[in-house]
Amino acid sequence: MNIAIASGKGGTGKTTLSTTLAYYASQFQVTALLDCDVEEPDANVLLKIKVEKSYPVDVLIPQVDMDACTGCGKCQKACQYNAIVLIKGKPLVLPELCHSCGGCYLACPEHAIKEIPRPIGTIETGNINNLFYAAGILNVGEHIATPLIDEVKKEHRHATLRIIDAPPGSSCPVIHAMENSDYVILVAEPTPFGFHDVALAYEVAKSLSIPCGIVINNVVEQYEPLFTFIKHENIPVLATIPHDINIAKSTTRDNLMEYMISHYAKQIQTIYEYCTNRVML
Amino acid sequence: MKQSIIQLAIVSGKGGTGKTSIAASFARLADKRIVVDCDVDASNMPIVLRHTIIEEIPFFGEKKAVISQDRCRGCGDCVIYCRFNAIKDFYVVEPMLCEGCAVCAMMCPYEAIDMVDNRSGSLVIAQSNLQPFLFAKLSIGEGNSGKLVSDLREKAKSIAEEQNYDLIIIDGPPGIGCPVIASITGTTHVLIVTEPSISGIHDLERIIQLTQHFRIAASVCINKSDLSDENRQTINDICNRYNIPVIGNIPYDNDVIKAQIAGKTVVDYSNGLASQEITKLWNNVQAMLQNVTIK
Repeated sequence: MNIAIASGKGGTGKTTLSTTLAYYASQFQVTALLDCDVEEPDANVLLKIKVEKSYPVDVLIPQVDMDACTGCGKCQKACQYNAIVLIKGKPLVLPELCHSCGGCYLACPEHAIKEIPRPIGTIETGNINNLFYAAGILNVGEHIATPLIDEVKKEHRHATLRIIDAPPGSSCPVIHAMENSDYVILVAEPTPFGFHDVALAYEVAKSLSIPCGIVINNVVEQYEPLFTFIKHENIPVLATIPHDINIAKSTTRDNLMEYMISHYAKQIQTIYEYCTNRVML
Repeated sequence: MKQSIIQLAIVSGKGGTGKTSIAASFARLADKRIVVDCDVDASNMPIVLRHTIIEEIPFFGEKKAVISQDRCRGCGDCVIYCRFNAIKDFYVVEPMLCEGCAVCAMMCPYEAIDMVDNRSGSLVIAQSNLQPFLFAKLSIGEGNSGKLVSDLREKAKSIAEEQNYDLIIIDGPPGIGCPVIASITGTTHVLIVTEPSISGIHDLERIIQLTQHFRIAASVCINKSDLSDENRQTINDICNRYNIPVIGNIPYDNDVIKAQIAGKTVVDYSNGLASQEITKLWNNVQAMLQNVTIK
């Protein structure tokens, strides 16, 4: 079972919820926490699991054999991303723009292009007892995060529950993180920004036909439009977590998960039971 | 000279640290500026910056493959060649997964696949305070946000040149990937908004490294700075190590959320602690940008 945790807006508590939920669930079943926020992976800052294995993730980029190349330009024409430019009749590859589609390789009539690996990031994994952890860490300066997200999601397939910590936003990295999940938990702050962005994340889940529940976090003020939206879309509210300055303060120390489990046991349990039952039905 | 347009980008690495609240306040504090919301995935500045829309320009992302059910003979070659698993059984393209590479169209023996234009959003040119305010609307699940950010900034720059603006304020997205890179490349200065939480600290180092990778001058502002003295000190130490000045400390203040709910910027809504510190921060930023132009 895969459960993705998303929010649209950053900083609403995705990682706090996903790590706490994974930690709690691992008492009952083999659980994996997959940190798919590869641009800023923070789950292990909270989990503090010793990294046992770490390996690079490569994408394929073209390499042109200049002796075999006749300068026909078909590779440039095939590339939709302007990652190949012809300079004085010879192709030059711009690796950061390449999407690794293989189009140039297939288009070359001289078979002068081969594909070679280029590292874009690292995956690290580890575990404590029944709690397995994997995260993708995008190399600084890399543009495209999605191949790394796809690789993180291949980890810990043996776990019966896999919790995916998704990145903020509503575009391609979020889709790759959510895709093939059985359930999405949206974490929303009842503020105009929180509402606006969670509605986008909800739309992404809806278009992937994944059922959603919502956790309302950090309630400072009641923000009516969010609740009207939830009612209108008929999204189950799994839990409400108040504004608690101690949560903010715990995130500044090292004991956030312990604090959450001891003070919000009821909420965590409800979320866990609701999701697991919902998906099994 | 074109050289004299200053571009200030506000980024954070970690989401939810207060980029937009600060950038929107700057937009109100600056005398003459263009402001651009480059968080095209989840654009929030229009919520707090009163504006009237002048023009919407359609944005076309990558084309998408469409399989003609009349011409398709069901050979399945497209499925084999598509590296994005975007072609679902028998045989339909899932537009959200299609990256527009056109390999399927190239390889289809029956020429049954067309690449069609895909309007994936729009650039919006608005006015706020009688000055230009640009943002975007990206349709759900669209890729290519980096290209949209570049288009927005290009548009802002041409308006600046036409109408003699010498300051562009850019509100950036979270993260360090494609839309962030597109938001900061070629800017004069990057202001990083962080917070003294352990994930804030972790993310700060990566965004600093990104600015240094692209050799862009940066400074740091610590938001919710009173949550932890110890972590605030850690942030100061990190900034020292990377030789980046800390030019603002904004305390935790519920007025920030109240301002949002009122649909106003923090400096318009309140005179409280956060509002005062944001104003001080803006003065420091201005002083810093002044130095850049003198150089």
